[in-house]
Amino acid sequence: MTTTTAPSVHLRTPGPVALTWLHLKYQFLETVRVPIAVLGNLLFPALAMFFFVVPQEEVGGNPVAATMAVASLGLFAICSASLFTYGLGVAEDRQLPFDPFLRSLPAGPAPRMIARILNGGIFSLFGLVPLIGIAWLFTEATVSWSELLAGVGTVLVVSVPFVLLGIGIGYSLTAKAALPVVQVILFPLAFAGGLFLPPMMFPDWLNTISELTPTRAGRDLLVQALTGEPAYGMAWPVLIGWTALFAALAVGAYRRDEGRRFR
Amino acid sequence: MTDQDTPVVEVTGVTRRFGKVVALDDVTLTIGGGELVGMLGPNGAGKSTLLSLVSGQRTPDTGTVRLFGGNPRDARSRTSLGLTPQETGLPATLKVREVVDFVGGHYPDPVPTGELLEQFGLADLAGRQTGAMSGGQKRRLAVALALVGRPRVVLLDEPTTGLDVGARQSLWAAIREYHAAGGTVLLTSHYLEEVQALAERVVVIDQGVVRADDRLDDVLQRVALRRVVVRSSAPLGESLAGVVRFERERESRGDRYELFTPDADALVRDLVTSGLPFHDLEIRGASLEEAFEQMVARDADPQGALR
Repeated sequence: MTTTTAPSVHLRTPGPVALTWLHLKYQFLETVRVPIAVLGNLLFPALAMFFFVVPQEEVGGNPVAATMAVASLGLFAICSASLFTYGLGVAEDRQLPFDPFLRSLPAGPAPRMIARILNGGIFSLFGLVPLIGIAWLFTEATVSWSELLAGVGTVLVVSVPFVLLGIGIGYSLTAKAALPVVQVILFPLAFAGGLFLPPMMFPDWLNTISELTPTRAGRDLLVQALTGEPAYGMAWPVLIGWTALFAALAVGAYRRDEGRRFR
Repeated sequence: MTDQDTPVVEVTGVTRRFGKVVALDDVTLTIGGGELVGMLGPNGAGKSTLLSLVSGQRTPDTGTVRLFGGNPRDARSRTSLGLTPQETGLPATLKVREVVDFVGGHYPDPVPTGELLEQFGLADLAGRQTGAMSGGQKRRLAVALALVGRPRVVLLDEPTTGLDVGARQSLWAAIREYHAAGGTVLLTSHYLEEVQALAERVVVIDQGVVRADDRLDDVLQRVALRRVVVRSSAPLGESLAGVVRFERERESRGDRYELFTPDADALVRDLVTSGLPFHDLEIRGASLEEAFEQMVARDADPQGALR
């Protein structure tokens, strides 16, 4: 028993990259050790694919339609994973007594937040693997390697506003309140964004609304990356606008939470 | 930034409210390097709130909090700060070794994990998930986590609550050793015994107000009181020998007095020779705990009970 204090020399504290890596590593470990959470992420989009796309010959048999369907389901999986993981996950974490301890360690909020986003991205990608496998084996969906790579990149970019929205919800609400709020937000957004029904089937008025949603913008950009079918002109501005708005919400919610939390 | 003269912790005129409840009311407290300060108070007194301000988890409504001269909200000010997580809050799926690595990774020069676990008798548990540890083991890990970054000051919130005697003694030894090597300690407890065993200086806090801030011996003197209960129709009080404070309840058969004194024998002798009427004399050797509670919880109202 001889260690513990040593009047400290001025050593450099770990930099932001090292800290982010540290948080990412242990968040990943924590997630992986709860296998059901990982499995849920893997299974849900795969099952949806089997039930809704593979049996429909006119979708599954048509290369472009099948690819679009995969894109829509993949995006839905990512929206849902982002909103649930962050909305609910953050709200639950905040209730753990370990959370204030982490906040008192010599690191700002950024490494933890960024690690959270990266960790979510990793598990979203895991969720896409079976989806892509099924699409490849059981439907006519086709992509080249470069299109696939572009698609994966687009998915990660498109997931950012949803991650931010989830974080905003998670820091604003308790876990009990976050769950219904996430559901109420997710399903209308997914429907209006054309993730369940292709937007070609929408009447004009609905299509106008649809093009203003982040889900539609994300879907069309993803379809563009995968099939080359061009997205509507406002897709990027709409996506970036929502991203900025949700980023402001997330940061605002985090700051408010710091001042308000008690006990 | 961190001269020898800069106080380790400097709290000046701090008030913090939660809604209508005033958790801290104009608190001022300075802790210098190498001190071992025990903070005593009943639940809800404001101890944890004060620690959360010092560790940068919250901001005061008014007043200032300084840690090594810097703002504790700034992560850099917390490089030399260690504190215990609540043992119930350890991430259950991570292994002991991993939690230590993770927390240690935030500091410039952490104690090597194996060495730290050895020191706290946790080496055998390194590969076990924290969810599978006993309460005592979690406590030890919590204190180990406070020390992993070689901090210059540690905040220990109820470090040994719920531990058996042996486990408590060994944690006390670790805290003493840290202090002997030059570390500053601020610990809270509602066990007088714990503060008595460790602290050199005692701060008594109740209902958000610092009621006493003194050397341990002086505070002990103040709380080591006897209680003399007596009824009398004549006014009794501080005119009697050695009475430091008293309470009076008006009753029809003569007012009931509770007189507090360090020397009950002298008081009774004085009472008898004074010729004042009295009856129902009763002397209680108030225990330390009891006397202390009397001292801090005199006009307790349920509003003040904020955990």
